[in-house]
Amino acid sequence: MMKPQNARGVPLKDEDLKVGKVLTTEWRVKADYAWDCGIAIGRYFDGLKEGKILATRCRRCRRTVVPPRIFCEWCFKPMDEWVEVRDTGRVNTFSVSYFSWDMTPLEKPEVPAVVEIDGCSPGVGFMHLLGEVGDNLDEILRRVKVGMKVRAVWKPADQRTGAITDILYFKPEEE
Amino acid sequence: MERVAVLGAGMTRFMRRAQETGKELAWEAARMALDEAGLTLKDVECVALVSAPDAFDGVHMKGEYLADGAGATRKPFMRSFVGGGSGVFAIIHGWYHVASGHFDTCLVVAEEKMSSTMPHPQAAFNTIYDQFTERPLGVNLLWIFALEMNRYMQVHKIPLETIAQVSVKNKLNGLDHPCHQEGITPGPDLTVKDVLDSEIMVWPVHRLMVSPVTDGAAALVLASERVAKRMTDKPVWIEGVGWHLDSSYWTNRDLYYPKYVEYAARMAYRMAGITDPRKEIHVVEPYDPFAYKELHHLEGLLLADKGEAPRLLEKGVFNRDGELPSCPSGGLLGVGNPIAAAGTMKVAEIFWQLRGEAGARQVARPVKRGLAQAWGDLMQVGTVVVLGR
Amino acid sequence: MLVGKIDRVGRIRTLHGDMGVWHKYTFGLAGERFFRALAEKGVLLATRCETCRKTYLPPKIYCPTCFAELTVWVELPPRGYVETYTFLYEDLEENRLTEPVAVAFVTFPGVEGGIIHRLGEVRPEEVCSGLEVEAVLAAERSGGLQDILYFRPSRE
Repeated sequence: MMKPQNARGVPLKDEDLKVGKVLTTEWRVKADYAWDCGIAIGRYFDGLKEGKILATRCRRCRRTVVPPRIFCEWCFKPMDEWVEVRDTGRVNTFSVSYFSWDMTPLEKPEVPAVVEIDGCSPGVGFMHLLGEVGDNLDEILRRVKVGMKVRAVWKPADQRTGAITDILYFKPEEE
Repeated sequence: MERVAVLGAGMTRFMRRAQETGKELAWEAARMALDEAGLTLKDVECVALVSAPDAFDGVHMKGEYLADGAGATRKPFMRSFVGGGSGVFAIIHGWYHVASGHFDTCLVVAEEKMSSTMPHPQAAFNTIYDQFTERPLGVNLLWIFALEMNRYMQVHKIPLETIAQVSVKNKLNGLDHPCHQEGITPGPDLTVKDVLDSEIMVWPVHRLMVSPVTDGAAALVLASERVAKRMTDKPVWIEGVGWHLDSSYWTNRDLYYPKYVEYAARMAYRMAGITDPRKEIHVVEPYDPFAYKELHHLEGLLLADKGEAPRLLEKGVFNRDGELPSCPSGGLLGVGNPIAAAGTMKVAEIFWQLRGEAGARQVARPVKRGLAQAWGDLMQVGTVVVLGR
Repeated sequence: MLVGKIDRVGRIRTLHGDMGVWHKYTFGLAGERFFRALAEKGVLLATRCETCRKTYLPPKIYCPTCFAELTVWVELPPRGYVETYTFLYEDLEENRLTEPVAVAFVTFPGVEGGIIHRLGEVRPEEVCSGLEVEAVLAAERSGGLQDILYFRPSRE
């Protein structure tokens, strides 16, 4: 005997909804948010506006981390030592995305990456996009390698708002 | 601590879009599990429920909303949630209720209805990322998998062909599962080439390396030894449970290895008295929302050395007739991925395997002990259960 | 919009955003039959559990008490009763309404549950628990709660 037996469930096709084979109703949540950036990210964004990447350091385990935080999640001690790290780093990993945040296909692929930031502890970085690395997969895979050196490309100073997008992307840097 | 048995398991068909409401899906799965256990709702002393983000349904208090379909009307009820790890966390949560001696029976229900989310469930997944430092980049959920997969492949020099083999194995296994989602496997002749030729979504992830969007539910009936001995002569016991959470600062750690899965597995092995998991686990259902994840998790579970799982896969070790059958159900790639219910489907599969009731999916080797594992959130959550007979 | 502009108020930065999702629901197996009957025949249906001797509104395909599958459908009488009620003075965005809106929980004798809906064609001082009401249906019905415009005191 094979279990499960006689499982239930009535599958529908998209078409069933379009032609009204079954009834549907729609709802849009009317909820907007205003998130306070908090202490650490607030200061991080102040730094980005000035073209600087700020990190915090734990006085106990000596880790230097981005994004900065006011506590060390390992030692559970305050992290109150702020340091400016470099706007260069190395690609820890990357991918090539053909879809937007809501799965709309993209004409030109994006290249998300985790960049290990110079001046932080080994292996510590943040996610951002790579740029100036080509428009199609072949080109991108030829030019982007794990471990390669990259540098932040900033928005012009007068256009920065204090946001992660003040860095437009990271681009390959000559060794 | 009371010994806890699994008496029955149930599930719905897995579907891209179910006509049923979430409550109705929950009832369909729960009712099957109770029937299989030979119990009625009157015998259920408490209910443990899992379901993933409320954002999928746009229903706040989803646990309470689903409760009557889960048989929880006027009963002690608790919902837990650890993202994709929830499906296996469900049985851990139910185990607590019975192991504590507080209840003799517990109905465990896992439900997910993703299809209501528009324009696509990805739009809800987007909110798992940090709203300050990640979401403004236009991120979708596939990014983090693609980034982790590439890291894993780079560190161990794993060819994409090997990852594609996982899809082929699981999707072909899934054809033998009566609940598999329609169209999830292109056909019985599926090859590695087909997988590699499928659309690139977020490189290196191809369409056929990703589990689909799914509606469905699964359920289990747990009981104390006292009740189990009365109800069945082939009880399946919960021998070990383990769970672990890593930091949400996922860009501060190396994604090539899931340490949190290892810690969860070690916890479960210790409880089960397992010292050599590669010999003592006979069938395994690791979480496979993406093809590489199965290999990644097998390593985290200590069932393969770091970087060794791809080679064992190539040797056929993880086939149904292999030494360590992995995802004989078809897994999320071959049956479907209703987030919270997918992990519970894996526990149900181990239950049926141990009872010799998996029919065409039954693995070739004799099995006395099996393991199910789920993963969740920003590469963070490991949940593990070891069942034995 | 997912995440938008950052405000700077004193030393506090605030990031604005929303969830960016909406939902499309099917009514389920029981709901489909209920709303079809309402749209096509203008009647309210309930399901009945013979074992528990209970009738459920809105109808369910299972009995939440004994978990049996429910296959017995019954048509409710055209008149129900106000079990409890309230008056709304503000809309969802806290705007003052020109006229208060009466909302009632309408139940039917011998039936578990009921329907929450607006009351119409009624003076505020008339509204009371136990008031006998009937549904006023939309002329054009599409299947949904909007097919009932409101309940009004029943006319003999």
